[in-house]
Amino acid sequence: MFEALGQGLLANLAPSMLLLVLIGTLSGMALGAMPGLSATMGVALLVPFTFAMDPTPGLVLLGAFYMGAIYGGAFTAILVNAPGTPSSIATALDGYPLTRQGRSEYAIVGATMGSFVGGIIGVVALIFLAPPLASFSLRFGPQEYFWVAMFGLTIIASLASGSLLKGLIGGLIGLLIATIGIAPVGGDVRFTFGDPMLQGGVPLVPALIGLFTVPEVIRLIALRTRDAQMADDNGKKAGLFGMVKDILGRPVNLLRSSLIGTAVGILPGAGGSVANLVAYNEAKRASKHPETFGKGEIDGVIASESANNGTVGGGFIPTLTLGVPGTPPDAIILGVLLLHGLRPGAELFETSGTLVYTFILALAVSAIMMVPVGLIAGRGLQRGVMALPVRYLAPSITVLSIIGAYAIRSSVFDVFIMLALGIVAYLLQRVGIGGAAIVLGLVLGSIAETGLVQGILTSSGADMPWTTFFTRPISLILIAMCLISAVWPMVQKRRARKNLPEAAPAVAADRAEND
Amino acid sequence: MKSRRMFTSVIGMVALALAATGCGGGGGGAAAEYPQKRIDYVLPFDAGGESDITARLQQEKLSEILGQTVNVSYKPGGGGALGWSELTRTAPDGYTIMGSNLPHIILQPMLRGDAGYTTEDLKQVYIFQSTPNVLLVPADSDIQTLDDFIAAAEENPGAISVGGSGDFTANHIGTLMLSDMAGIDLTYTPFSGTGTAVPALLGGHVDALMSYTPQISQLGDQVRAIAVATEERMESFPDVPTFAEQGYDLVDGAYRGVSVPKETPDEIVQTLADAFQEVNEDPELIKAFEEQGFVLENYGPDEAAALTEERTAVYEDLLTRLGMVP
Repeated sequence: MFEALGQGLLANLAPSMLLLVLIGTLSGMALGAMPGLSATMGVALLVPFTFAMDPTPGLVLLGAFYMGAIYGGAFTAILVNAPGTPSSIATALDGYPLTRQGRSEYAIVGATMGSFVGGIIGVVALIFLAPPLASFSLRFGPQEYFWVAMFGLTIIASLASGSLLKGLIGGLIGLLIATIGIAPVGGDVRFTFGDPMLQGGVPLVPALIGLFTVPEVIRLIALRTRDAQMADDNGKKAGLFGMVKDILGRPVNLLRSSLIGTAVGILPGAGGSVANLVAYNEAKRASKHPETFGKGEIDGVIASESANNGTVGGGFIPTLTLGVPGTPPDAIILGVLLLHGLRPGAELFETSGTLVYTFILALAVSAIMMVPVGLIAGRGLQRGVMALPVRYLAPSITVLSIIGAYAIRSSVFDVFIMLALGIVAYLLQRVGIGGAAIVLGLVLGSIAETGLVQGILTSSGADMPWTTFFTRPISLILIAMCLISAVWPMVQKRRARKNLPEAAPAVAADRAEND
Repeated sequence: MKSRRMFTSVIGMVALALAATGCGGGGGGAAAEYPQKRIDYVLPFDAGGESDITARLQQEKLSEILGQTVNVSYKPGGGGALGWSELTRTAPDGYTIMGSNLPHIILQPMLRGDAGYTTEDLKQVYIFQSTPNVLLVPADSDIQTLDDFIAAAEENPGAISVGGSGDFTANHIGTLMLSDMAGIDLTYTPFSGTGTAVPALLGGHVDALMSYTPQISQLGDQVRAIAVATEERMESFPDVPTFAEQGYDLVDGAYRGVSVPKETPDEIVQTLADAFQEVNEDPELIKAFEEQGFVLENYGPDEAAALTEERTAVYEDLLTRLGMVP
């Protein structure tokens, strides 16, 4: 292994390879930053270009592109509240409030350093722990996926520390939307109202843009002043070096979130869209000042971005060792491996060790390159957006949103879904129901449903199949985690009240109420 | 390798030049000049699956033969139904071709009530590949043969869970056919594609997997293939017995091809069918198909329609007896 690792390292130090990784990372970032253009789609678009290359550089380019695309999602999430990919949902929760406070540069630096650490930790796990982690991931069956989704739903309790009831209403709306379309198990057609386009359900990316971005565009348009600009206080407080130092001074959060990302990435069927939310929730729970989350807390941005780049390395663990793609972009890269006649498995690491390790190490090089590239290009983008008056910014975001919603399935129908959800989300925000809880319900609804029905089907040999949800060891651990996660925000609140009897109880994490 | 690529790209450029001069000549019917612009090869599934790998193997050759860029894109949803229903509303000009699978395009309209399309709405241009069903168990399973499997199912009716890729797929109907032939009661659990079904088998969450033949080589010694649904043993897997030689006449799998809207002119359909046939004759593609565990098929428009009719009758008979046809 170490010999192949060394050869892989040497291969990565070749100038042509470094250039390829740089191109991959940069183009990935650019694509990831477009709302609606997901990493999966970008990787699929890139595949034909790699056919003209030898396998190693082709795979390296795809890997670097993937890493960059996951990171790029942070930019629009932070700057205009448009999570560029589902992996950046939680980034928007605190990144955009930071922007509104004029601290977008700080948020970008946080996202960059978080992505860097997450990317590296995922790769380290991939190099040293792939076989044992992959076999552990197989112990997650339908029952466990059900509980993972339940655990995700408990995040509603922490997102909505203002009003649990409103959070639950939002979550339920999301779960209801998730039932539209063909049932994931059983194939029944549900709530399509006779429109075949709805058979595919409400697609996640247009929904994300609708629920997060459109309400903000409406808010920007409603600003009174014609030449209004987004606030930008950057540079007045700390220089770049100070900001980087500040971010790296939070090693526990960086490490915890990266490990969560890696772990969730290993589970096929969960992936980046779940990882960033779980890491965000854990960062909030561990925080000494959880009430600042949702209002521009840099730890929230760091958690989300460390986690989603952690899923890159984590996702390749089952992909390369078992031939089971950990995340959707992995499925495409697995396809490319197969096209070149490379079969995943322990054998792959022996017979094509140099290729495999060159690829893996290129992911790490890509993560390292994100730092200078992100701090230069990313901050340039940030300055550009901030300098733009709202009367240009709002229409630009609208155009990007429409393109993004259309692009995912080349479908005008999805644009209408986005606009309709956007208007609904704007109205719901006014009564204090935030988009985040709806998105949670939407993302996790089908994972929970699939796990529940499949769990009952696969254990049909048992007398009472549903009891298997409460008897399997990993399920029990997950149930305990659900309980802790659901109860913790209340404990936190009580403790805060006890410590600061004179302070007003934490009100409304919902941004709408701060408007 | 390098020189071959050079050669193919030269051929491609010559083809492009010929196409360009052909256009410059003018005259002739619109269909005679087809194709004049980029062709969109749309897959109604997510990237990374068997259909995607097949399309990627064909893409370059198709471009050379047709003299136009062939662009692969994806429109997933509803197990393919979303794409197919949209194809029925697409201009029948041959510039949008869509991957289409049997039995999906038979079973969805048959069982779903309103699938958004009917089987006859789609004009199948060519069926170029199939992946037969194969019954897999984990390598450490007690089940060694199909007889063991059936005995286990007889002992515990309904307790043996068989995973597969989705509802109304070849894996699904294959499981139903096996239950019907052997008179056993199996519980079929659909997963969202082969990608999520495989870990359920490897982790022991299902007892067996009705899957497609590429998985035999892809999963290697992690699984045991106890029966393959072909007429004779496959050349790529000489050690895997067929269902037939173990007493059950089960021959079925997923057939992959491309379709266009049914109003598409015959000349265009023929041009496309000829192109796909030519792609199928390419030695490199044949070798790649073999490596993937794909079976090369050559069904032109008429043969594809005949196959569809034949399979429809088989499925309708079985599903009516099972009471599944609404």
